[in-house]
Amino acid sequence: MQIPFTVAPRPDTGVNNAKLGVWLFLASEVMLFGGLFSAYIFLRIGAPEWPGMVGGHAYERASDILNVPLATLNTMVLIGSSVTMVMSWASLAMQRFDRYRLYMGATIALGFVFLVVKAFEYGEKFSHGYLPAENNFLAIYFVLTGLHGLHVIGGILVNMYFMWPGARMWKTDPKRFTNRIEIAGLYWHFVDLVWIFLFPTIYLL
Amino acid sequence: MSDTGHSIEEIKKHVRVYMFVFASLAVLTVVTVVVGYLELPFAPALIVALLIATVKAGLVAAYFMHLVSEEQIVRWLVWLSLGLLLAMFAILSVYYVDQGGTEIFGF
Repeated sequence: MQIPFTVAPRPDTGVNNAKLGVWLFLASEVMLFGGLFSAYIFLRIGAPEWPGMVGGHAYERASDILNVPLATLNTMVLIGSSVTMVMSWASLAMQRFDRYRLYMGATIALGFVFLVVKAFEYGEKFSHGYLPAENNFLAIYFVLTGLHGLHVIGGILVNMYFMWPGARMWKTDPKRFTNRIEIAGLYWHFVDLVWIFLFPTIYLL
Repeated sequence: MSDTGHSIEEIKKHVRVYMFVFASLAVLTVVTVVVGYLELPFAPALIVALLIATVKAGLVAAYFMHLVSEEQIVRWLVWLSLGLLLAMFAILSVYYVDQGGTEIFGF
């Protein structure tokens, strides 16, 4: 049976079901990250010092413990991947499947770069024995960045599907495939958007 | 016309906007980091950081996620989720104050 309104907008909502579905999902994601952000805020307000005692030293700024240059690099990487993602959709909209491949490949590669940089960052913390159990600052740092990292992994998997096996749809139903890339892009941009707030609040303040 | 209902020319215009947004996001990231290194007192640092982050998030949502040209129902959904988020912050803040500030973290 054909799923209705995968591309054509529903008359009552004005958008297709896939788009409305992903926006509903993103609304739930706002609450998920929002809940954890509020946990961060209240842990921080309630703490006499922030980040406080880590590894026997009292720190006054998160940037003394966390690697700001690496996180800045990752911010640029994620912003760059958002551009390549939207360009992959625009390429399909301009009937340029060859360029789509290029931009989607770049998006996947940048996603991996983000994870590798994150792995270096985590490795640096672990080598000093800075684990989530150390204090509230490190606990919420690992929870927020870890959950965000899982979202990046999920996005990479979806993008890899559309890069290879899922790309066959371009030959059979190009309109629906273009729509799928737009939907996948909405999720990827949301992951970028979360990082835009995570970076200053955790690393710089 | 392309498969998205936009003409190729329209998409090309979009692409120029995407490049402008990309440049703006990169510049704003640098500004965020520079302000971070200035070691301002907490309150102004917080205001500047959140202001820049909100502008960046707005650019991503408006242009990369196409909210500027999106249907009303999607925009309502976004406002609803942001409203619920603020409500959650407000309820937790009221609870926090009601419990006597930091004491709720005493256990």
